[in-house]
Amino acid sequence: MSMTILTVDDSRTMRDMLKVALMDAGYRVIQAVDGVHGLEVLEQETPQVIITDINMPKLDGFGFIESVRRDQRYLGIPILVLTTESSPEKKNLARRAGATGWIVKPFDSAKLVDVVRRVAA
Amino acid sequence: MDTMAAIRETFFQECEEQLGELEVGLTAMDEGAADSETVNAVFRAVHSIKGGAGAFKLDRLVRFAHTFETSLDLIRSEQLATSTTVMRTMLRSADLLADLVKAARSGDSVDETRVDAQIAELKSLSENAKESPTRAAADEAEALDFQPVLLELDDLGPPESQAARYAIKIIPAPDLYRKGNETVRLLRELSRMGEFRVECDARHVPTLDALDPEGAYLAWRVELTTSEDEAAIHELFEFVVDDCELQIVVDRAEPVAAAEASAPVELAPPPPVAVANDVAAAPAAPPPEAAPIAAGESDKARAEPGKPDVSANAPTIRVDLERVDRLINLVGELVINQAMLSQRVLEAGLARSSSVAAGLGALEQLTREIQEGVMAIRAQPVKPLFRRMSRIVRELTDATGKVVRLRTEGEATEVDRTVIERLADPLTHMVRNAVDHGVETPEAREAAGKPAQGEVKLSAAHRSGRIVIEVSDDGAGINRQRVREIAIKKELIAPDAQLSDSEIDNLLFMPGFSTAQTVSNISGRGVGMDVVKRSIQALGGRISISSRPGHGSTFSMSLPLTLAVLDGMVVKVADQTLVVPLTAIVETLRPKRGDVHALGVNARVISDRGGFAPLIDVGQELGYRREAADPVGSVVLVVETEVSTRCALVVDAIHDQRQVVIKSLEANYRQVPGIAAATILGDGRVALILDIDTFVARTNRSAQEPLLAATG
Repeated sequence: MSMTILTVDDSRTMRDMLKVALMDAGYRVIQAVDGVHGLEVLEQETPQVIITDINMPKLDGFGFIESVRRDQRYLGIPILVLTTESSPEKKNLARRAGATGWIVKPFDSAKLVDVVRRVAA
Repeated sequence: MDTMAAIRETFFQECEEQLGELEVGLTAMDEGAADSETVNAVFRAVHSIKGGAGAFKLDRLVRFAHTFETSLDLIRSEQLATSTTVMRTMLRSADLLADLVKAARSGDSVDETRVDAQIAELKSLSENAKESPTRAAADEAEALDFQPVLLELDDLGPPESQAARYAIKIIPAPDLYRKGNETVRLLRELSRMGEFRVECDARHVPTLDALDPEGAYLAWRVELTTSEDEAAIHELFEFVVDDCELQIVVDRAEPVAAAEASAPVELAPPPPVAVANDVAAAPAAPPPEAAPIAAGESDKARAEPGKPDVSANAPTIRVDLERVDRLINLVGELVINQAMLSQRVLEAGLARSSSVAAGLGALEQLTREIQEGVMAIRAQPVKPLFRRMSRIVRELTDATGKVVRLRTEGEATEVDRTVIERLADPLTHMVRNAVDHGVETPEAREAAGKPAQGEVKLSAAHRSGRIVIEVSDDGAGINRQRVREIAIKKELIAPDAQLSDSEIDNLLFMPGFSTAQTVSNISGRGVGMDVVKRSIQALGGRISISSRPGHGSTFSMSLPLTLAVLDGMVVKVADQTLVVPLTAIVETLRPKRGDVHALGVNARVISDRGGFAPLIDVGQELGYRREAADPVGSVVLVVETEVSTRCALVVDAIHDQRQVVIKSLEANYRQVPGIAAATILGDGRVALILDIDTFVARTNRSAQEPLLAATG
């Protein structure tokens, strides 16, 4: 059974990189280009893990995480945020919004998959 | 590694888009027309480039983008005001970022001193901003916020391969579950590290009526014997340290065998309710119900073809240019076929009201729409092209000390991709000219009662099936007296030539003409407006100039929307059908006897608009007939060549004026001087398309004199 992961990132490059790394590890990947789009995609399909960027147009990562956490349907889904540098205030804000953990960019595929595996059921 | 190469390519494409956003956003900010979303978009653009650059280890790009981003963040949080100086630095930084991206893509090097200088400039802005009290307050707020993740690694000796025993105590807070973390997974990960025993402390679980389903009541004790170091264990708890009580006690150097015998340290012995090595089966605290997905279901979802692909920002696909061109070619064939069919039906004498004729009409309509649709695939907005010009204006204003603002109109206007590509150089040249020669210095402008800031305007619009691009400035206009003097000095015109204003303006397009008093490296570069004109004409376009003293000049270019079809005049010459590009034709005449004058033995000229144009018999020139036809009784096409000379082409009759599909002669036969390409007409016959420039050039040059020189 392949696990489905939703990636939310406005950068095509990042979406591609995540997709390649996660698919190589055997995950199924669905994508969204910003927070609003992410919520739309969630209406259609519930992934087992969500990976989201922070800086995005329309609805940023913090707002996206808060919206997901408010919704009972998505209770307990692990959400990982992508942060560019390990800036503590970004991590803290993300945690306060309800993020499960974080991935520091640039990431290498093995590390990414390791973190996902750690939080995934 | 192919996938990575592809992603790298995507990254650079995305960089181009981000740089575009950046430029547009910064320009809006510079003009004071930006809202907070614009500022955010600008920040995101740089942030995004930095992120991707990091992934590809483009360290120089990362370094500069980081400094740039930091300054933009200060603007975003309103700690740095967008003064003119600040915006200038930002715009210049955007230019440098674009250069760094380009260099990263091509592997070229970049002038490091320039990068360092720009970084220093950005940093000095940031430092000034940081001295302001708001920044200090913000720092303080952040400091209060910031709770460092405690990893007490200092206690650790050098990493050891020997197994050590750990006693781990976990008391989760409700937040741990609320954030999607899960004790069972932590335990699972721990169990993978080595010898593992777990006990669950369920003493605090209340009675059912008092139980909060989102509460956290269980505590866990783990005994772990592992050869991994303590940091690895801490890393596992990285995401949850703030949301649980965590104790990790090392019992180093404990022999592995002893592990099982010894009791957990420090913990009061609770009633163990669950001890399991298979943690996955252990009961978790409030079980968050992640929707289970059956294997079949998820596979089905992946394979489902109708599922919308959400991977792209705008719904676009990337297609090889080759495929598009093949399609364009096929549509060309379709157009020809349809025209042939229509003609056959017409010849068969079918009534126009017949159902066949009506069907053909519909087919014709459809064909045209398909053709337009396919051409539109190759069409692109001129926006990126125009955007490049703003940088040129910026660099020039820095170099000349002039103050110039670039205004653009009709950026969304679309035109064939090749036209855009080949327009870049001539347009750059014209914009340089407009700033360098057109707009005056601020002092001169103020003396003339004009605002110190000059304006260069770029506009694009569709006009009757063509695209019209204009470059105008509000400068002093063309100094006709000076242009005239130069033309005389360079022997382009006779000293006593009587020229109209527009004729003087057009002297700028003559080869070898350059008004720059000294050849500056800005607009000089050894090319003049004649090169610009030739490039435009090579695209099937025309360029004209208009100027008003004291008010500025406008260069106007009219170009075809596509290079696949051509507006042509179908003419008959000695039983042959030829096509003459409409853009080259100035006028058509039926000369009277008195208009034609003999010049020497073979040459003849025709008087036209107060000048003389050499007569060229097309049939004789192409070898269709030995003797030249009598121009009187024939049709004369007055054409203009790239060097601005006028010639009169003698043909037998004008047949039609229509759009023809261009077929390469070179690809299908071989190159023929004087012939640009071929086309297939409605009756199925191949007709050659004249290349006016080479056609005229290969006729006897001595017979031709520039029209202007002959004037007077």
